[in-house]
Amino acid sequence: MKFIDYYKILGLDKNADQSQIKKAYRKMARKYHPDINPNDKEAELKFKEINEANEVLGDPEKRKKYDKYGKDWQHAEEFEKAQRAGRASSGQRRQAYSQQFEGSDFSDFFESMFGGAGGFQNSRRTRFRGQDYNAELKLQLRDVYKTHKQTLTVNNKNIRITVPAGIENGQTIKISGHGGPGHQGGPNGDLYITFSIDNNTRFKRDGNHLYSTVDLDLYTSLLGGEITVDTFDGQVKLKVKPETKNGTTVKLKGKGFPVYKKEGVYGDLYVTYNLITPTNLTEKEKALFKELAELRK
Amino acid sequence: MKQEEYITIEDFCTSHNIASEFVIQLYDMGLIDMVFQENLQYLPLNQLPKAEKIVRLHLDLEINVQGLGVVTELLDRIQDMQNEITALHNKLSRYE
Repeated sequence: MKFIDYYKILGLDKNADQSQIKKAYRKMARKYHPDINPNDKEAELKFKEINEANEVLGDPEKRKKYDKYGKDWQHAEEFEKAQRAGRASSGQRRQAYSQQFEGSDFSDFFESMFGGAGGFQNSRRTRFRGQDYNAELKLQLRDVYKTHKQTLTVNNKNIRITVPAGIENGQTIKISGHGGPGHQGGPNGDLYITFSIDNNTRFKRDGNHLYSTVDLDLYTSLLGGEITVDTFDGQVKLKVKPETKNGTTVKLKGKGFPVYKKEGVYGDLYVTYNLITPTNLTEKEKALFKELAELRK
Repeated sequence: MKQEEYITIEDFCTSHNIASEFVIQLYDMGLIDMVFQENLQYLPLNQLPKAEKIVRLHLDLEINVQGLGVVTELLDRIQDMQNEITALHNKLSRYE
């Protein structure tokens, strides 16, 4: 178990008085409060540390024990036993922020030294509605092309959810009632799932539309013809008009990405031609191109 | 009115150890919605996450009602901006 330097957490030196501790705590609590930093696990952890530091340093009795035994906290229990016989505990009840954290609110260090968080529970812990959970689900773009079912494990519980086709990167969906359990017969909290969608395909996505680039040889570009292009779920034949310029974009209607929660409706696929000029020309080809060039003079 | 969709302000305040006047002030400031029926005030369940968040900010950070109005407004704006950033980021990925 690691020693925790509560003074360092609050940015204080060991001689700080109660008003300085309170001021430092308030300042840092404002900065790292989980409601000010939603979905920021780092801020949540930091706030937990700040809260714990304030629990100890803000209480003169605990601070005294911490200052005396902090680094040798293993011996604190012996100290307590010796002291316990002679005094009745009059521990001041302090508020501890609790709702947003999963599991224990206090570090193992804190619980070893001060006997767990039980003594700090207060009426604010009694709530009607369970806490909301946040989770991130990483998927590939191909995974969200079709609506599918997926099983997630959240807080050791398996939840089977439907991932609708067309969901966006960064989009959050709410699964009602799959958050923390409610209290006093209240409803459960909700589960918020944010989708992180990685695109390793050759298609670029913008909303419901897809974009791709295909190579076009010089002769098809000049004379027109038919080429086969990849769509997201197959291939289509595409007629190329004669004298098609480099960078021309054509729209393939309905060949884009599924529209979220609109079964059977798709965006469009935009194909941009990338003209490939021939290289390593033979003498004959050079002569013919010169002839063509002459005709244009 | 379906009972399970509302809780009384009295129950909410008892649960969170706050004065009912505070909740009324939140309502007056337009920070939460309430329902009035038969001389009782109710909080719709869909308002609970918001109301609890405001109560946490009030108790943890000692922010008064006026301050809570500003904080919630700014948090909403930040959320809107974050949504916009995500949408723009998705658009930008087309050109990467």
